Order: sequence, then C-alpha cells, then structure tokens
Amino acid sequence: MRLRPVALAVVPFVLLAATACSPKEDKAAEPSTCAVDKLPLKTAGQLTIGTDSPAYDPYFSDDDPTNGKGYESAVAYAVAKQLGFKNSEVKWVKVPFNNSYAPGPKKFDFDINQISYSADRAKTVNFSDGYYFASQALLVLNKNKPAVASIADLKDLKLGAQTGTTSLTVIRDEIKPTHDPVVYTTTNVAKRALLNGQVDGIVADLPTALYISAVEIPHSSIVGQFPSTTGTPEHFGLVSEKGSGLTGCLNKAIAALKKDGTLAALEKQWLSDTLSIPVLK
Amino acid sequence: MSWEPSARELERRAVRRSLHRRGLLIAGAITTVVAIGLYLLITTSAGWPSFKEAFLNGYHARKSFHAVLKGFWINVKMFLIAEPLILVVGISVAIIRNTVTPWLTPVRILAVIYTDVFRGLPTLLVVSITCLGLPALNLTGVPTDLVVLGIFGLVLCYGAYVAEVVRAGIDSIHPSQIASADALGLSRAQATRYVVLPQALRRVAPPLLNDFVSLQKDTCLVAGVGVFETLLAATDYGNYHFNFTPFVVSGALFLMLTIPLARLTDYFGKRALLRERGR
Repeated sequence: MRLRPVALAVVPFVLLAATACSPKEDKAAEPSTCAVDKLPLKTAGQLTIGTDSPAYDPYFSDDDPTNGKGYESAVAYAVAKQLGFKNSEVKWVKVPFNNSYAPGPKKFDFDINQISYSADRAKTVNFSDGYYFASQALLVLNKNKPAVASIADLKDLKLGAQTGTTSLTVIRDEIKPTHDPVVYTTTNVAKRALLNGQVDGIVADLPTALYISAVEIPHSSIVGQFPSTTGTPEHFGLVSEKGSGLTGCLNKAIAALKKDGTLAALEKQWLSDTLSIPVLK
Repeated sequence: MSWEPSARELERRAVRRSLHRRGLLIAGAITTVVAIGLYLLITTSAGWPSFKEAFLNGYHARKSFHAVLKGFWINVKMFLIAEPLILVVGISVAIIRNTVTPWLTPVRILAVIYTDVFRGLPTLLVVSITCLGLPALNLTGVPTDLVVLGIFGLVLCYGAYVAEVVRAGIDSIHPSQIASADALGLSRAQATRYVVLPQALRRVAPPLLNDFVSLQKDTCLVAGVGVFETLLAATDYGNYHFNFTPFVVSGALFLMLTIPLARLTDYFGKRALLRERGR
C-alpha cells in the first residue's frame, strides 16, 4: 500500500500522544525546618506574593502592594520577615482573584487578597490560618439610610455585592431580599452603581465599607454589621497551591505574629475601629 | 430481454467497491488512532486529575446548574429583544447611506459617523459605558436597569455591523435592476423597497445569521457590569466555591443554542445557492 504524503498530517497527533505520558515533577514536600533555604519557593531566595489589581484600601495603599502600607501589605511583609526574608527579597505579582484558584502550578508562593476560608475552597487550594477575622457590613447613601436597622427591614432594598464574596452570601442567606442581589465584578463597579442609584446599598467586609464611607463616598454611611451565622467570623487566609509545603511555615509565622502582638498592632494602625459599628439583629 | 451489465462493467464495479472499502478502512483506522491518541494525550497528562476536579466536577455541575440556567435565560431574553432592534437599526442605516438626495446629507453624515465609531469600538467598552455611564448622567427618562442598558449597548454595536453587511448586500445588486425599476416607472423609494432590498437581504442572510450567532455569545459581555447572566452566574459560583465546572455547564448551554443555528445558517446558504444558481 502506498502511503500518501497527505497522511503525514496525522503525525503530530500521534507524537503528541506519545509525549503526553512523560511524567512531571512532584510538588515539594513539607520542609523539615522553616529556614529560607529549605522553603519550597517558586524562585529560590525570593518570596513571591500575589494580590489582585487594583489593590484596594485599606488593605493596600495607593494601589501599590510594595510600599508596605495598608493592612495586608504590612502583614505580608511581617510574614516575610518572620520567615527570614529581607524586604528586597519580596516580589509582588498581580493575580486576578479568579486566577488565584485555577488548577495547576501557580506563579506565587502565597496570595493575600482578603480571601475568606471555606471548606469548599480548601479542597482546591491551601489556606493558612487566619490573619484577620472580618464581619460584613451594609453601606448606603446617607439620603437612603433606613430609619430602623434590623435585618428584617432590609428585605425590600435592592442590594449589591462583589462576586464570589461572603458579602454576597450574607445577602442571599441572611437578608434574603425580595430582589435578587446585584453581583459586581469589582468593588469599583459596585460603588459606581451605588452612586448611580442602581442599587440601594452594597454589602462589603467591614474595613472596606468603613474605608468607602470615610474616604471614597463621603455621603454614604454604614447601616450596621451583620452577626456571624456560624458563631465565628470568617477568617482571611493566605492562599497557596494545593498541597504546598509552605503552608505549615506560614502558619508558624502567623502564630508568632499573633503572639507578639504584631498583627493586633497592624490592625490598629491600618483598619479603623470596628467595635463602634452597631450589629444588626 | 433485460439489460445485463457487461463483464467489463462488472469488473469496474468490483474495483470501485474494493477502492471504496479500502478508503473506509483507512479512514476508520486513522480516525481511531488519532481519537485514541488525543484521548490518551488528555487523560494521561499530569494535570488531568486536577483539571477534571476543577472543570468536570459532577457535584458542582449539579449544584450550579440552577443559577447558570437562570442566568442563561437572561441571555436568551437579551438577544431575542436585541435581534429585531438590530435589524431595524442596521437596515435603516444601510438605506440612509445609500440614498442620493442632497436633502438627506446631514443624516447620511451621521450614519457614516455612527458606523465608523461603533464598528471601531470594542463591544465590551460600549456596553460598559452605556451600563455605567448613561445612568450617571442622571437624566430623567434614562432607564437604570442594567439589562435594558446592556441591550442598548449591544444594539448600538451590532447595528453598525449589520448596517455594513446590509449595505454590502445593497451594493451587490446590479445597477441594471435599479434602471429597470426606473424604466417601469417606480420611484427611487419604491425601487429600494420592492426591487433592491428583497434581493439584497436574501443575499446577505447567511452573514446576518452569522452576526446573530455572534450576538448570542456577546450577550455575556453584560456580565462585566453586573447583570447576573450565565457567565457571571458561573464566575460567581466559581469564585465562591473555587471551581470552574459552571463554565463548562454554561458553555454546553450556549452550544445547544448556537450549533442548531449554525446548521440552519448552512442550510439556508445551500438552499439559496440551489435556487439562484441551480447547484
């Protein structure tokens, strides 16, 4: 049988299939100690930290995570220092939120982006212990501020929140409003919609809501914060690749920062006092 | 006496049959090899288990199906409303651009500017501006509903594309047709209405349907401004549960809609060829 030259078109497929079986390297195992040279890092001697862009206040400042200003930027540098990195050995990469949990190798050692822990999420990525415990708050324009502030009174409001956040869960599961919640891709769009009157109020984590009402939309104010349904407020964790050996060391670093009061001090420095905000019933 | 094929004809048939069989054998064998190869390539890749977990997760598919389907219904409604509006805009603009009377010069200039601007702007950008910018003007009478504003943005963009497609159709009608209409005593408007447009629209039906398939997918662009249609429903579920399966669910819903329309487009194209050129 004569083999026609056109049959060669099939060759790439066959070759591809043959190479597909080549194995890939395994993930680094948990190191015995948390010394810098033992850590399973993306780039040796350098701590690569991811966060979304834009990086919002009060967690970051001036959309620049490298300046050490803002709560999460400060926490990231504190964790880096605790692990034994110099500030110059920290490198930031921009990681859009929905890329942070995509399967496969990640380009960061850990991602710090107000990511709340949940059991579902922990199946896909590694979470460190919490470095902040956030509750959710409702923000409205002053002219629309409802007189009575109980959760039942909020049912008829048209509310919005950012996609994939626990803020949205609060609207869906706790307020259960008559209108479907409006879902925004970023907080910026949500703020625009609030100003446009497209929603009556937006739900965000309390520090973000406080920052918006204090700085970004001065004629808005917080109606109140929501009590946590599970008893403990949600915690923000540092996210790493599933099975990453780094998480244990991150947990040790966070525990040390908690113990010596660094976290509390940073919280006081960068996040407004949240105790004065009334809790909605 | 009935006709009997000659021995030579029988031989020819046998050769043809064996060639056909051999063709089938080669096609079957090579297709099987490539299919198995591709299957192995995908399933033996190092990331396959985690890919399957993230994109083809039955549990998350079931759990997100309701929200994704509910969102998809918004997409369906959006293009069902947008499509007739786009046709109206497109045909009107195309007709205006093809008028010759000096009285309509300002309208013609506007039509040219409109097609130039809205064909040149990314649809996502136009939708973002209509959805977030228009209500910020705070004009009375301007709706704030994002679906309405999103449809408006899509109609603006697609109207410009369709106008160009229709104009190409009008231009493709031979001048002798207009001359004949003139000779029969039809006015310029009558010639356009009864002679030019019917032929032009029939000719551009396949590319128009193509644009509409594209529109169905582009209804997803309103996700960017917070309309909870299927893409945003899928993204939202994914962002919350850290799983991408809803995207696959949403994709399957779209294919169920766009593939039949694509087949229909092909069918119409073939039928038109058959009618006009007899092949």
